[in-house]
Amino acid sequence: MMQRKKILLAGQQNAGKSTIFNMLTGARQHVANYPGVTVDKKTGYFSNHNGAYQLVDLPGTYSLTSFSLEERVARKALREENADVVVNVMDAANISRSLHLTLQLLELELPVAIVLNMMDVAKKEGIEIDTLKLAETLNVPAVECIGRLGKGIEEISQAIDLVKPSHYTISYPMLEDAISLLVNQLEMLPIENMPALRWLALRLLENDQETLEWAKSSLTAQMMIEIGELIAEQQNEVKQEISQDINDYIVAQRQFAVTQLLAQCVAFSQQDPSKRTFTDKLDHVVLNKFAAPFFLIATVFVIYQSSIVYGYELTNYWWPYLAALREVIASLLPDAGFLYDPYVRSLGLWIVDSANTLLNYIPIFLILFALIAILEDSGYMARIAFISDKVLHKFGLHGQSTLPMILAGVFAGGCAVPGVMATKGIPDNRARLATILTIPYMNCLAKIPLYTLLLSIFFVEDKSLMTFYISTISIISALLVAKLLTKTVLRKTETAPFVMELPRYNVPTIRSVITRSLERTWLYIRKVGTIVIAVSTVIFALLQFPGVPQEQQQVFQKSAEQAVNKFDKAISKTSYAGAFDESSLPDLVNFYTDYKRAKLNAKGAAASKKVGATFKARNSEFYTVIVPPKGNKDAKTVSRALRKLTSERKKIRREMKETRLEASLLGSFGRSLEPITQYAGFDWKINVALFSSFAARESSVATLGVLFQQDEDSNQKLEQRMSDSSELAGHGEIAAVALILFFILYPPCLATVMIIKVQTGEYKWMLLSIFLPTFIGFTVATMVYSLGTHFNLAGIELMSLAYFSALTLLLLLGYKDWIKRKMLPDEIPIKNIR
Amino acid sequence: MRTALSKILPGTKGIIVSHHSQGAIRQRLLDLGLIPEMEVEFIRYAPMGDPIEIRVGLSNVVIRKTEADTVTVDVKN
Repeated sequence: MMQRKKILLAGQQNAGKSTIFNMLTGARQHVANYPGVTVDKKTGYFSNHNGAYQLVDLPGTYSLTSFSLEERVARKALREENADVVVNVMDAANISRSLHLTLQLLELELPVAIVLNMMDVAKKEGIEIDTLKLAETLNVPAVECIGRLGKGIEEISQAIDLVKPSHYTISYPMLEDAISLLVNQLEMLPIENMPALRWLALRLLENDQETLEWAKSSLTAQMMIEIGELIAEQQNEVKQEISQDINDYIVAQRQFAVTQLLAQCVAFSQQDPSKRTFTDKLDHVVLNKFAAPFFLIATVFVIYQSSIVYGYELTNYWWPYLAALREVIASLLPDAGFLYDPYVRSLGLWIVDSANTLLNYIPIFLILFALIAILEDSGYMARIAFISDKVLHKFGLHGQSTLPMILAGVFAGGCAVPGVMATKGIPDNRARLATILTIPYMNCLAKIPLYTLLLSIFFVEDKSLMTFYISTISIISALLVAKLLTKTVLRKTETAPFVMELPRYNVPTIRSVITRSLERTWLYIRKVGTIVIAVSTVIFALLQFPGVPQEQQQVFQKSAEQAVNKFDKAISKTSYAGAFDESSLPDLVNFYTDYKRAKLNAKGAAASKKVGATFKARNSEFYTVIVPPKGNKDAKTVSRALRKLTSERKKIRREMKETRLEASLLGSFGRSLEPITQYAGFDWKINVALFSSFAARESSVATLGVLFQQDEDSNQKLEQRMSDSSELAGHGEIAAVALILFFILYPPCLATVMIIKVQTGEYKWMLLSIFLPTFIGFTVATMVYSLGTHFNLAGIELMSLAYFSALTLLLLLGYKDWIKRKMLPDEIPIKNIR
Repeated sequence: MRTALSKILPGTKGIIVSHHSQGAIRQRLLDLGLIPEMEVEFIRYAPMGDPIEIRVGLSNVVIRKTEADTVTVDVKN
């Protein structure tokens, strides 16, 4: 069995590490977690004529200190993974900074190969690197490469086999005595798998936290004390000689080494100081105090137009395929009975319908994620974080919360699942948790059907205003809740500084944009495939059982028999009398409903004709009856009677559905909550719909459809039936406002909840993400409903009231400091007291 | 003239003298190149006044004013 060599890929962020990783491994990679932490571990495989390799992508780090989670994970991996080779990917255009990490890797005495990436950018900036000299001085193989164009990948593959431990060292004149003493002591310790001793000594001298913890866990208490004493003694000696902190001294010496390397191996050609790079010029325009908001809004608008508006157009072409798929599945499932369908059939169709509503969004997501990838790759995303940090930070969030919020749909609409996953990048733990917990307030695309439904019933004239309210109240609530969380639950969580590099502007590569868009869309599809289907099944069961009560069953059965008798009587005088019996009549009915549905789905005259031909071929006898040829009086009579029978059947089935629902587990649950929820204007049907939408937002409309007795070819649309229904009629508008607000603040769907657990690693955040929004949402809905009914407000007035109260609260909190200052009396100068 | 990095004006250049921060903040600033004796240039404020953008070495770095407060620079006149 060929032994795979293990390679670790180390490098700073923005150095192009991921691109090189992907170039080497292609599709042969998978992502897991580093044990115990929520940091991604990407592993991939590749081979060349020299052998087979396993490539592990370490988190991007600027340094190997122990201050951040990523650094600690990288360090641990470098120490414990027993790598055969460490490949250090460096940003050639930032060679000075990149060398810091390189030197730290060399200090760990690992076998290193360096890759100078982005050589084209370096050249453009006037940086000439003598790669050979650098390789010689550092005593490591060095490769030049332009990762995003695929240049140099072969050479990297070759260089890996040339790697050997380097003998390059950094000298610390003031520490050398201390180092040798420590090294002697450390040599005698009975620890297996010790890291390089010189490195270890240096870390202990600077009181590196992670190293001290490692030492404590590897040594006996006695040994720890001895070593501890030696360390303290040496630290004191050193402190007498140098004026700096030992840590600072080490950094300074490293910097000195870097400067020397640069002097020997790199030439910086004189840049004309007045010539500004493209990035500078563009930033000058885009980040200008007055132009910046304009560009930001323009960007958001473009994203919205392209993905939501244009994407929706595309779904019109996409939906027929999904509908066709449904028909295929419907024909594969057991046939419908007259009154009762086999469970397999109803469950099967329920699942397909739930999945289809979600899958319908795919064109929208493809466009949306592609545009976001363009934002990221071009470098503008970082600028957005730069612009928005002040506001976000005030409410406990972070400039880098912007991407997750955009993905989740802050203005344009999106999906919370990729949004939560994108919070990985936020270094500040507190802000990251606050972001994760407020992402569900964004405009999830799946919430739109319910909004559309309610708006078209109750707010027809004020539609655009309401839409504006709904889209923007999401960000207002998110900020308010984030602030609340920061002051309460998250108060003790650690924060981190916001120090970020503004990358150069780049033209995004089509390949990268498409890959990322497909990746993120696939994630969304997977969510549909797994969680939604699973939960749909559960909801289905909850909505079915215990089923129609016994006495009702008999009533319905009797109605069915009556309808059939009527039919038989109507055709008794024709040549078809007695032609249809107990088994063939249901077949005829099914044939008819299938035909009607197929006709409905067919677009255009040609397709419609085709439907006719297909059904004629299927069963010409039946076809004659449902499309009676001219002059055939008998067939016409049967056709008429059949139509009556079918609509009777539909009516009975609808009533059965409602009875079943009411008696079902979920229905009883909804009823039991009614005493409480009535204060928010929710009756049991709304409760049931809300609960089922926990599975997937889209289900809310589907369930409402069932609850308000909708079916495909009834003349009355769901909107009509809902507005006619007695339950909502009384306080319709106000209840609608309460419902809309509740839906905005509603807990995340199950898929998001699970991702939250994965991202945060703890159940408590997952539970909080469910219960906090429910509590807040319900409180707000109740307040709004009570206020609305008490003062008898119109729906739109109530919504405006709610909106502007939230906005005022937001502004108050935002300008709190400014207001405080203005309210304090002017300072009274204190006279000198003798 | 020695002052905090947060207090210099757009367009001014300075040399980093010292850090007054500890731990993670200090390391992060060092990592991004704000090493003593390096030259920095204050580029701009964000449209809302915070964070600030500075140029150090060949890259542009963004830091909040509270972090910039902890860095002392020597401003060329």
